[in-house]
Amino acid sequence: MKKQKTESTKLKTLRRATRISQGVFWAAVLMWPMSALAHTRGGEAIGFLSGAQHPVSGLDHVLAMIAVGLWGAQLGAPAVWVLPVTFPMVMAFGGMLGLMGVKLPGIEIGIAASAIALGFVVFREAKPKLWLAAVLVGFFAVFHGHAHGTELPPGGNGLLYSIGFVIATGCLHATGIAIGLIHRWPAGRAVLRLAGGGVAVAGVLFLWRALA
Amino acid sequence: MKHSVILLSIGALLLAASPAQAHLMNSGFGPFYDGLAHPFLVPDDLLPVIALTLLAGLRGARCGRWVVFALPSAWLAGMAAAAVIHLPSGPVWMTCALTIVLGALAAADRPWPVALVVGLAAVAGATHGFGNGRELAAIKGGGLAMAGIASALFVVSALTAGQLATLRAHWARVAVRVAGSWIAAIGLLMLGWSMRTGQ
Repeated sequence: MKKQKTESTKLKTLRRATRISQGVFWAAVLMWPMSALAHTRGGEAIGFLSGAQHPVSGLDHVLAMIAVGLWGAQLGAPAVWVLPVTFPMVMAFGGMLGLMGVKLPGIEIGIAASAIALGFVVFREAKPKLWLAAVLVGFFAVFHGHAHGTELPPGGNGLLYSIGFVIATGCLHATGIAIGLIHRWPAGRAVLRLAGGGVAVAGVLFLWRALA
Repeated sequence: MKHSVILLSIGALLLAASPAQAHLMNSGFGPFYDGLAHPFLVPDDLLPVIALTLLAGLRGARCGRWVVFALPSAWLAGMAAAAVIHLPSGPVWMTCALTIVLGALAAADRPWPVALVVGLAAVAGATHGFGNGRELAAIKGGGLAMAGIASALFVVSALTAGQLATLRAHWARVAVRVAGSWIAAIGLLMLGWSMRTGQ
């Protein structure tokens, strides 16, 4: 009995110590001194937050990226994580091409088509082979990445910008996957299909705007 | 719980990192501590280290043990070499390419040979160390700063690879692979930036 009591006290002390060390760690992170920037930088490519804002700045991008997450959730494992891994990597490749100045025709049309196609597959609850789904997602990711790459002015610190950009893209996919969790219920499946239809309709509007 | 705290901590350190700078941050505690803080404040250096430790952790304890010693040693050797040999550091695209490769290998999560991972650790350490060493050689107490950087790298790689080597849950390995893919994506964008600015 006494031994149990001692063990319990030890456990409590250990938990308290863990909480204190976590508190100290977060306090240290919050108070971490940042380097003073002696110069202001032009353009928007100046840091993490501007990078994080970029993917969410256009509805066409947002809908397509969320649709990737929705489709992944419909397809289940391993597509649920293969698609959101494929998209940022290929999108970054497209972004690299854009930054390097490589021309790609029909960017806006490609982005609109991505919303139509991804919305359509979610609406139809299409279940192709994994590699085909990854190729489809990757193909459209190039357009999204290229658009971002060409729109960016040269900035002082591309790395922090890129970190923000990729994390924001991943978060959009995660949002799609989280919404897609309703797929386990019959009503949720219907809602997801409706959402896919909505994305496709929005894609048609984007296409109309791109062609106008 | 423990793993999520570690992953959150790594994320927070990445986000807390300030822009890359040409000189060591003055911590006020002396050059060793300036060096200790350096990898956490320069994401250019931290990112490949994280990618490498993700890769080593996924490959298991044996690989992790090798990398924990190979990375800081190579980094230290690179810094020492830069202090003696007066050559310009490698082009930015080279470090970007290394980051892409390390991130992609972690994302693929294949049974890569331990020698390949350790070799990459040596190359990444020597390349980044050489870049650091050129600046450190010119300052007072540069040797202590170098020791500080190597110590920080040892701690980061030991903690990260050690934690990851114990991962058994499928979702946790997937999370690490996703992190690897994000690092590769960041490397690709950085490569684009470097080409654009002619570095």
